[in-house]
Amino acid sequence: MGNGFVSRGFQRRRRPPDELADRLPPGQYVTDDYPVLSAGPTPHIETDAWGFRIDGMVGQEREWTWDEFQALPFETVPCDIHCVTKWSKLGTNFGGVSVDALLEGVEPKGDFVMEYSYGGYTTNVPLADITGGKAWVVTEHEGEPLPREHGGPARMLVPHLYFWKSAKWVAGLRIMDHGEPGFWEQNGYHNYGDPWKEQRYWGD
Amino acid sequence: MGGLTWQLGGVVELVEETPRTKSIALALPVWPGHRAGQHVDVRLTAEDGYQAQRSYAIASSPKDAYVVITVERLDDGEVSPYLVNELRPGDQLELRGPLGGYFVWDESLGDPLLLLAGGSGVVPLRAILRHRRVVESTVPARLLYWARALDDVIYRDELMANVFGDSVDIRLMLTREQPEGWRGWERWTDMELLQEVTWPARERPLVYVCGPTPFVDKATISLIALGHEPGRVLHEAFGPTGV
Repeated sequence: MGNGFVSRGFQRRRRPPDELADRLPPGQYVTDDYPVLSAGPTPHIETDAWGFRIDGMVGQEREWTWDEFQALPFETVPCDIHCVTKWSKLGTNFGGVSVDALLEGVEPKGDFVMEYSYGGYTTNVPLADITGGKAWVVTEHEGEPLPREHGGPARMLVPHLYFWKSAKWVAGLRIMDHGEPGFWEQNGYHNYGDPWKEQRYWGD
Repeated sequence: MGGLTWQLGGVVELVEETPRTKSIALALPVWPGHRAGQHVDVRLTAEDGYQAQRSYAIASSPKDAYVVITVERLDDGEVSPYLVNELRPGDQLELRGPLGGYFVWDESLGDPLLLLAGGSGVVPLRAILRHRRVVESTVPARLLYWARALDDVIYRDELMANVFGDSVDIRLMLTREQPEGWRGWERWTDMELLQEVTWPARERPLVYVCGPTPFVDKATISLIALGHEPGRVLHEAFGPTGV
């Protein structure tokens, strides 16, 4: 794509450590910060008012209160996260419940999912991308309760896709029989969002 | 999808807005037009093939002759020091866009415009104000602009000359350093200040907030607490969190 173009006088100033270089997708840079990007104001949800649902085209709808959610099998998830705004954070740890565990007994009747959040945010993912040990609903980051500005009390974690696919303040998953674009997907961002294929925008 | 292809633009002009900030005017071979508030992705390529990409807000009106981005130099950055210190007129810059469909304004929206800028968050809001002037929109507009000091105020002459006409009300807040005799605001975005300088929610302004994350977070939460509908408070944040 570059057609041999070189930006006169430009030199690399950031370099990820060699052992991490192959974990950095194209067009990304490593940050030690944890920047925030949201589509709406940060909602304030107390855990005693919090609930998580799985609904839509399912054999059995499920809903959990905060206390019920705490009783589910908890996993620590070491992962790398990649934001479409170009930063990546490598080797970070979240803690929560795998979507596989949440789907037990639900009997999904569609192959598509809309993640929906307190505050109205939505993002769409294929069901196959959040099952098989690929996605979690997380309530901890680095062993601490997930901060509100990072999606607390609970957010989705789908680390193999750009991070907008990991809905903050997640309230539930809606199983659907067809794909529908969520919030950013309606606003110019890629429908699938694979960082290794640099699927940032429509048409990428 | 033509807007999303990488292309080489010619650097026509560089304007120093502040000691850390430059506006870069670009002549682009293909430009489908943009909406005020959108951004572009810029990509730099080194001799060894290494590439770095960043997003920058568009500062120009869709009807201006050139596409302009305004870039603030971050000293530990990789792309912004190049754009601010190294780039010269006549150079080429690779970019694609316009991008983003959420934080945008056009005249058909109609409502009073309330714009809140923190630092270089003023850039897309300046595009909105320029566009409002070019299309001769008569909606009332107010810009609240927080900067550290007078020397950090981007587009200062343009804003102070009130080139946007009488209908734009500009309020400057200098949070760290005020010139002698400064009679304006000095405070950060607390609730009482916002109550004083914004329009009441019952006037139903369309609100655009852009700046560093802690600024955007605090301002949007306060505006909603003051009764503004969450769906009418559009915002775009950048940079690390304060935590």
